[in-house]
Amino acid sequence: MIAFISWRVLQAIPVLLAVVTATFFLVHAAPGGPFDSERQLSPQVEQQLKAHYHLDQPLSRQYVAYLGALLQGDLGPSFRYPGRRINDILLQGLPKTIELASYALLFALLCGIGAGLIAARRPNSAQDRITMAAAMIGICMPSFLLGPLLVLVFGIYLDWLPVTGWGQLPGDKILPTITLGAAYTAYIARLCRAGLLEVMNADFIRTARAKGISEQAVLRRHALRGALLPVAAFLGPAIAGLLSGSFIVETVFQIPGIGRFYIQGAFNRDYTLVMGMTIFFATLLVLLNLLADILSAWLDPRIRMEYRQ
Amino acid sequence: MKLCWPRPSALWRDAGRRFLRDEPATYSLLLLLAITLAVIVGPWLSPYGYASQNLQIGASAPSIAHWFGTDPLGRDLLTRLLYGGRISLAVGLLATAVALVIGVSWGILAAYFGGRIDALMMRIVDALYALPFMVVIILLTVSFGRSMLLLFLAIGCLEWLSMARIVRAQVLSLREREFVQAAACIGLGRGAVMLRHVLPNTLGSITVYATLSVPNVMLLEAFLSFLGLGVQAPHSSWGVLISQGVEYIEIYPWLLLFPGVTLSLVLLALNVLGDSLRDALDPAHGGT
Repeated sequence: MIAFISWRVLQAIPVLLAVVTATFFLVHAAPGGPFDSERQLSPQVEQQLKAHYHLDQPLSRQYVAYLGALLQGDLGPSFRYPGRRINDILLQGLPKTIELASYALLFALLCGIGAGLIAARRPNSAQDRITMAAAMIGICMPSFLLGPLLVLVFGIYLDWLPVTGWGQLPGDKILPTITLGAAYTAYIARLCRAGLLEVMNADFIRTARAKGISEQAVLRRHALRGALLPVAAFLGPAIAGLLSGSFIVETVFQIPGIGRFYIQGAFNRDYTLVMGMTIFFATLLVLLNLLADILSAWLDPRIRMEYRQ
Repeated sequence: MKLCWPRPSALWRDAGRRFLRDEPATYSLLLLLAITLAVIVGPWLSPYGYASQNLQIGASAPSIAHWFGTDPLGRDLLTRLLYGGRISLAVGLLATAVALVIGVSWGILAAYFGGRIDALMMRIVDALYALPFMVVIILLTVSFGRSMLLLFLAIGCLEWLSMARIVRAQVLSLREREFVQAAACIGLGRGAVMLRHVLPNTLGSITVYATLSVPNVMLLEAFLSFLGLGVQAPHSSWGVLISQGVEYIEIYPWLLLFPGVTLSLVLLALNVLGDSLRDALDPAHGGT
């Protein structure tokens, strides 16, 4: 197990280095400087700005300096928010994004597994078909459409819930959570239904039934664990998707999370912000994948054996 | 060497029969064909241009002159919807085509060479998989400006990963089958075995995956356009129209309603179609 973990960790390092390198050179190859704006800067001012951000040095020197700072966990200064560092912006936005993503994941797990169970209870019955049709619609309804529709109905026509912000008014977290979680609820419902249907045909379920325990107990004690395996495998991609999905939801509901800063950075050509956040997201994702791999290797010894070869 | 496609085999005949028996899928296909036709022909038949403004009427509700109403600049929504559909569908199809070409060749080459080259190629796929997709595309649009061609390429270049994995896995399992070994036994070269016996048998999963990848790509395009990083004015796409509709959601709800319903319907139809094709072409899959 330790060998497997260290092997996987070693594998993540070149990936991260490649991401950092590619991001750095992509951003520096971009046409137009970060200080191009409507206001023409005088050459002296521009010179000073460039010197301040070390943009006057050769690219290789900048790259080495950036890597060095990165190793110490410093993502550098922002070009567009003077005096602020990317780390501060990240720290400010991150808690809101993580909170939003966790609520959405929780919502998706609860409703998704519930709906999957309801559907799988009686395959091809009306309740199965209706639930699965709703799940299909959930998958096909983009969040940037669902969000505004929810706002229109619950925020404007019914006037039940606030439509913008995060944590300022009571209940303002409900609509963003549903908007972000809806598609994942639908996926999880489908995965859970398929998993359960497959498990219910297994021999050990027949054995459990033959022992004479109630259908409820068969479901809860024997079938559910097997049915949830595909859902567990989906968690890694789901978290990654929730984080990038928060870009849209944060824009729609004006939540000052990192997704919103990233989009604004992309618009303002705030290169250090875009670079820093890309590297941050990539690192997060690589770590999550690492965690998911270790988890599945722990759950399933066959995976460990496969890597040993 | 002449590449001969096999006559419709039992698999494809049975798949066709299974598919036609699936009513939702047949309706989805008809709907998609109708929308594609409307999108291609519609803009020519429309008396309005997609960018021609009429500030005198401004935003007007659906009427006989303007079936789907007009936006605040007096542009006919139906025309813009049809024109935007061209772009949305084109992005979906072209990016999928790019992904198909890269993914299929990558998967086949990896499986063909095997050993170290295979391991290296698949590690590259794993590494790219670990990247945040959305973030990379936004990074590309920041670095290279917001052109539509770039959008096709960027999405296509990132969509091929799953395709490569699927094709490689298929080829590896097909290689062990008797008919492939038989073909090798009668003296066919490795390349010919690949092209004539292995590749045609992977077409089923490739078709299924490509069908399911089109709605993904279209959603991605709409996502980017919604954020303002995708298709740029005065061009329209469904994502652009939805983002405009959201702006006026309280006063001119039809501006969100029509593009939203259209996009959702097309995505729904494509997903239903893909699911049904998977059930039809891959009976072993069991249908998730």
